[in-house]
Amino acid sequence: MNNRLISDIGGLPEGPLDLSEHEPTMTERRIDAMMMLLRAKPRSFWASDENRRTIESLEPDTYKKSEYYERWVLAMKDLLIEKGILTDAEIESKLIEVRSRMETS
Amino acid sequence: MSDQLKVGSKVRITNAYPPGHIRTPFFLRGKEGTIIRHFGKYPNPERLAYGLNGLPKLNLYQVLFDMESTWQGDGSFAANDTLTADIYETWLEPI
Amino acid sequence: MTNTHGSHTGHDHSHADFQPDIKEPKEDWEFLEITLRELLVDKGILSAREIQDEIEAWEKKSPEKGAEIVARAWADEDFKARLLEDANQTIRDFGIEVDVLKMVALENTSDLHHVVVCTLCSCYPRPILGVPPLWYKSKQYRSRVVREPRAVLNEFGTSLTKDTEVRVVDSTADCRYLVIPVRPSGTENMTEQELAKLVTRDSMIGTAQALDPLGLRS
Repeated sequence: MNNRLISDIGGLPEGPLDLSEHEPTMTERRIDAMMMLLRAKPRSFWASDENRRTIESLEPDTYKKSEYYERWVLAMKDLLIEKGILTDAEIESKLIEVRSRMETS
Repeated sequence: MSDQLKVGSKVRITNAYPPGHIRTPFFLRGKEGTIIRHFGKYPNPERLAYGLNGLPKLNLYQVLFDMESTWQGDGSFAANDTLTADIYETWLEPI
Repeated sequence: MTNTHGSHTGHDHSHADFQPDIKEPKEDWEFLEITLRELLVDKGILSAREIQDEIEAWEKKSPEKGAEIVARAWADEDFKARLLEDANQTIRDFGIEVDVLKMVALENTSDLHHVVVCTLCSCYPRPILGVPPLWYKSKQYRSRVVREPRAVLNEFGTSLTKDTEVRVVDSTADCRYLVIPVRPSGTENMTEQELAKLVTRDSMIGTAQALDPLGLRS
């Protein structure tokens, strides 16, 4: 086993760069802001290294298909559960509520 | 490993492939380089990643590699081109 | 402004490359963001106000901060020496908070050109450069620049002679790097404020040179 992390990509063959600029969406800004608040003092729920570890530990298929901040929010969910701050069950039931509210409005 | 490595020392990056959150790039494992800077001591990120305290702190160094020996010619660079990475002492073997 | 296609009057096209914000959540992860945020706010773990303040604090961090620092370094040799010696203290003295990160300034010269990457994630000196551009976080940049730096630099329109050592700096740990680009010629009589306008984000990552003052004027 060489255990190469999915995020450890230095030297792998890849195509040309896409140099277009991107103005972060409000969703992306909120994910970024929440992540910073949760790991910074005074909360210090986790270290940035735990953040990286949970991103790398996403299912390889999910990791490859997901956008940058999509990985962040998936990692945030995993860490909130891992740290006992939220439970899987309450996230699932809230998700159903949010979806039905937003999709009918 | 407690002895601090000197700037200018030759080192080899440990040629190991352990599981887990590793902060030494895969492409540098087993490669030889030179210490060009000592940053001080930092908590071990490979432990912090699992909610541990990362202590004892580790010496962190900037290590210089030449492109030619890193890629063995299998890259696109000029003869003098180099690269550096920041490597914790647990991954460095003096040579 | 001519308006032949019925586009919004007075709205130029300089933002044409920017993707629009998403008004309605569509993707699973957008619903997940709303879900986590509402749960955290309901439980009193975060407040909506704090999230808003954090977003505003983030928007204040921009490459303009880095550009001011570089311009000062160009104009003041002592300042540059201090920046190269102890970037954290020097940047703090400049009035910018850099928290726990170890900041390191690297000087580009005609002999040595630094270009920064993070091959393991997307480490970036946010306090002085803001949020990283998409390409910096892309697998294409992160994979290729360590192996074919000159080809990658060419895609940015940056071409260096073989006499210049290209040094790719992989920020794999607790350090965040600021590149001080080469001061362009013909800038001897410029003020610090004028100099700062030549210092682009990409020139402080090392994928580009500082702007040429002649090109800027034309």
